[in-house]
Order: sequence, then structure tokens, then C-alpha cells
Amino acid sequence: MSDAHKEIIFTGFGGQGIVLAGRIVGEAACLHDHRHSTLTQSYGPEARGGACSAQVVIAESEIYYPYIQSPHILVCMSQGGYELYAGRLEPGGTLIIDEDLVRADSRAQRVNSLSIPATRMAEELGHRMMANIVMIGFLTATTGAISPEGAKKAVAGSVPRGTEEKNLGAFKKGYEYGLAILKARAKKLKREENRREGKDAG
Amino acid sequence: MNGDVACAEGAIAAGCRFFAGYPITPATEVAEHMAVRLPYLGGMHIQMEDEIASMAAILGASWAGQKAMTSTSGPGFSLMMENLGLGIVTETPCVVVNVQRAGPSTGLPTLVAQGDMMQARWGSHGHYEIIALVPSSPQEAFDYTIRAFNLSEKYRVPVLLMTDEVVGHMMEKVTIPPKSAIRLVSRRKPRGAKARHQPFSADASHIPPMATAGDGYFMHITGLTHDSRGYPGMDAPTQKEMVERLVAKIRTHAEEIMDVEEYLLEDARVVLVSYGVSVRSSLKAMFEARDRGMKVGLLKLNTVWPFPERRVRELATTMDALITVEINLGQIALEVERSAAGRAATDLVGHAGGTIIEPGAILEAIEARCLNV
Repeated sequence: MSDAHKEIIFTGFGGQGIVLAGRIVGEAACLHDHRHSTLTQSYGPEARGGACSAQVVIAESEIYYPYIQSPHILVCMSQGGYELYAGRLEPGGTLIIDEDLVRADSRAQRVNSLSIPATRMAEELGHRMMANIVMIGFLTATTGAISPEGAKKAVAGSVPRGTEEKNLGAFKKGYEYGLAILKARAKKLKREENRREGKDAG
Repeated sequence: MNGDVACAEGAIAAGCRFFAGYPITPATEVAEHMAVRLPYLGGMHIQMEDEIASMAAILGASWAGQKAMTSTSGPGFSLMMENLGLGIVTETPCVVVNVQRAGPSTGLPTLVAQGDMMQARWGSHGHYEIIALVPSSPQEAFDYTIRAFNLSEKYRVPVLLMTDEVVGHMMEKVTIPPKSAIRLVSRRKPRGAKARHQPFSADASHIPPMATAGDGYFMHITGLTHDSRGYPGMDAPTQKEMVERLVAKIRTHAEEIMDVEEYLLEDARVVLVSYGVSVRSSLKAMFEARDRGMKVGLLKLNTVWPFPERRVRELATTMDALITVEINLGQIALEVERSAAGRAATDLVGHAGGTIIEPGAILEAIEARCLNV
């Protein structure tokens, strides 16, 4: 499952693998899902710790302007990134936050808001550096921006040699967490629907 | 891959086996990639002490028979200007990549601009002609680097690849064709008696054949004004003959060198003129304007030097307005204005650098012209 045109912003600190996450998603879209994608990035002069963002555009045809005004999907791995971009989300867009790193406010209530403890989950898997990969798994499951097959190939092709298995494990963890959240949401929706119908009948 | 890596891969595909450079954002990835790749291909990468020496090193490598390249950004490009002139006057094939960032001086090291376009044309002293190509995507960075080598080998002139920070750092799909599909040009070699060889004697093409050091041909190479033997000639007639030939060898072949693409010009009243990354903003604005019924087209300059003045003049006679879109405060816009020579209105959409041009700003300029005519 993959929708046509998607504009995604990843944001966080330098050193979290934000740009790599954008690169993996872009590669999955263009090299494995055979669509078009662009990746642009912005970062400060610091090697670590500065504000950092990656902008990925995915489309069925050639992409002219590679920058994003209002993203369809915003992935926040730092509070600073959230503050900067949360107000710019497209109406009906999807906000994904690392729930241990970002405290969302009322802006999150206006959009499809999802959260995952990606960094904590990566730490449990042995390395917090893999939080970005957990996040990609979660994004793949919850947004359908890229195919899971394409995403896995792009992950395996982008991480340091010898760490492919570990990173694919991190992807799976995020992916399954995403599926579980979707399932729980669907269940809740169904329950509410049933309750409404029950009321109507009564 | 990003545009810097694509440029390096294009150089390798073109047969470049010597790279000398000095790291500078946002061009460092070109050098890094060459440093990784060239040793496996029997080539050589040298990090020089600065950009002056980098430029000198590639000229030397070229005379030793190699296809050679350097890459830099604004401050380094300024340092290369002296030896770029040496490359022009000694007719040394080589490719110089400028991944433009915002200047003057150290400026904005990590942010985009297209402010070196006139420096590319006139940055070295004296009167000369030069070739400059401008890619608008990583794919074009690959393709145009190959073409830059081909042109430099054919016309015996340093060729400039004027890319920019966004194209350099942006990642996009790049298709590398099979080797058999890539057409390569190599410098013409001299024939005939080695002792009587005149290294700067040209036929009607104005392009002399070029021997490699060590081939056994007589050669004398100098930055001084020289005659067909390569000997210094300190007088006006020798100067006239040499400089006029250096200019003629580009001008008489300008139509073969120039490369432009045209979009939706058939029924257009207003035409955008743009190059490099600004083309991407222009295309977006053009299609949006078309959706709103405005008759606008685009002239995309893949080569900026030599400038396609004949085509711009033709367009000026049929269009109401030419709008130049570039990330500076008016450089190529001056060329457009000069070529249009009052036959059409000429506008500029530009700013001092730091971001690419927003399509909205172009749209406003199109609207202003379409609603007024």
C-alpha cells in the first residue's frame, strides 16, 4: 500500500540519524518502490547536537521543487523540531513523535497524532543509535508512505556492514508497534460505532 | 545519490583519473568520493595545500595526458582564478567544479546561491571565452560532468561546472548508463615530424592538437603571450593573433556548445529564463501559472557560457516579457536584458542567497506581467 504524493519532514538533533532516516525513506521510494523522490537537508555547523531536519518528497512523477511548505507527515525526535514544524502540518496530516523526547501540545490534537518511544525501544535492543530505524518501521506501518519490502531493502543497504540484522530487528520492532497501534485504533473505532448503533436502536 | 557524488561519478565515467582539491563546504563530497574511488581505478587523488595549488596540479596532470578535475566553492573558486587563466592561455583541457554557496567572502558556507555566474565568465584577468555548464539535479550533475570533459577535450579549454549547494547536497535517483552508451571525446593528438611540431598551430577549427609531455614532441608552454611555436612574443600582433584565436575557437563553435531546453513556448507571452536549481522553482511556478490560464513558458539554460544570445533575442521579439530567475541580485538577468535589447520587458526574480527561489515569488512576477499585458 502506498499513496501517491507524500511530503515528509524528519526533525531532531544532529547525531540522531535524522538525515539517514530521510535518505532511507527516499531510497525505498525511488530505488525499490520505483517512484520519484528527493531528499534535502538542513543542519547547523555543529557535528552533533544542533537542530537538524531532512525533507523527503515522494511522487509518481518528476519532482520540481524539492522543499516542503506543509508536510503530510512530520516525524519529531526533538522538542525543538516539534516547535518549529508542528504548526506547518497539512490539515489531516500525520504527526509522529518520540514520546520520551517530545511533549506535544494542542497543535497535535488538530492532526492524526501518533507516538512511539522509539529511542527507549532502540536502547532496549542494545543501541539508541537505532531509534531512527525504529521510527522508519513505525512510519512504514502507520502511513503507507513506502512499502515494507522497499523499506527493509533500503535499511539493509544503508546501515554499516555487519549491523544489518540488528537494524532490521529495530525496523521490525517499530513496524509491529505501528501495526498494533493501528489495530487498537480500529478496535476502538468499531466499539464506538457499535455503541452509537446500539444507542440508535434503543 | 547526491549531486556531489553524481558529479564525481560523472568524472570517473568520463575517464577522469586525476583529482586535486582542497576541502570546502559544500563541495567536499566531490573530493571525498574521488578519494575513495580513484585508487581502485589506477587514478590519483591529491589533497593540495590550497586551491591555487589544486588548479595548478590539474593543469600539470592534463599535460601529462590525464583527464583531470578539481572541485571547490566560492572562496576556493576565487583563489583558482589566476591559474584558470593559465589553463585558458595554455589551452589545457580540465574541469573545474564550483558548488556555489552564498558569498561574498566566507558568506554562508552551508547555504545555496548562484552568485558566481559572472565570476565564471570574467573572474580571471584578460579577455577570453569560457564554457560553463549548470546542472539542476544530481542526474544532470552526472551527465553534464561527462559533457564538461568532452567539451574541454574538444576545445582545449578549462570547462566550469557551476552547480550549487542544493543540487550538490540533494539526493535523488541517478541512472548511470552502460559504458557503451556514454560517448567520450579525447583531445586530438598531433601527427607529423616531432622536431618541427608547433604546439599552438591550429587549422581552421582554431583548436590545435595537443601532445602529451613525454610523447617526444617539441613543446614550449608559457602563460606569456606566445606564437604558434609556444615562444613568448612580446608585441601587439602576437597578442592579437593568440587572443583572437582563443576567443574564436569558442565563438565559432558556440552553437554546438550551447545547450538549452524549452518548455511550453509555442503559445507563451511571458518566458522564464533560468538555470541550475532555480529551474526547479521555475518549473513549479510555470505549471501553477498555466493552471491559472497564464501563458508562460521556460527557457532552461544548461550551458550559461557561451550565452545563447541569439535565442534570447528571438524570444524577445515574440514575447511580452522575459523573467530571469536566479539566486543573486541580477547577473544572467543582465545578459538577458542585453540580448533582448529592448524588444521585450525584462524582469528579475532573485535574492542574495541562502535559500532557493520560492515558486510563489516567481508566480507573482508572472502574474504582474500577464495581468498587465
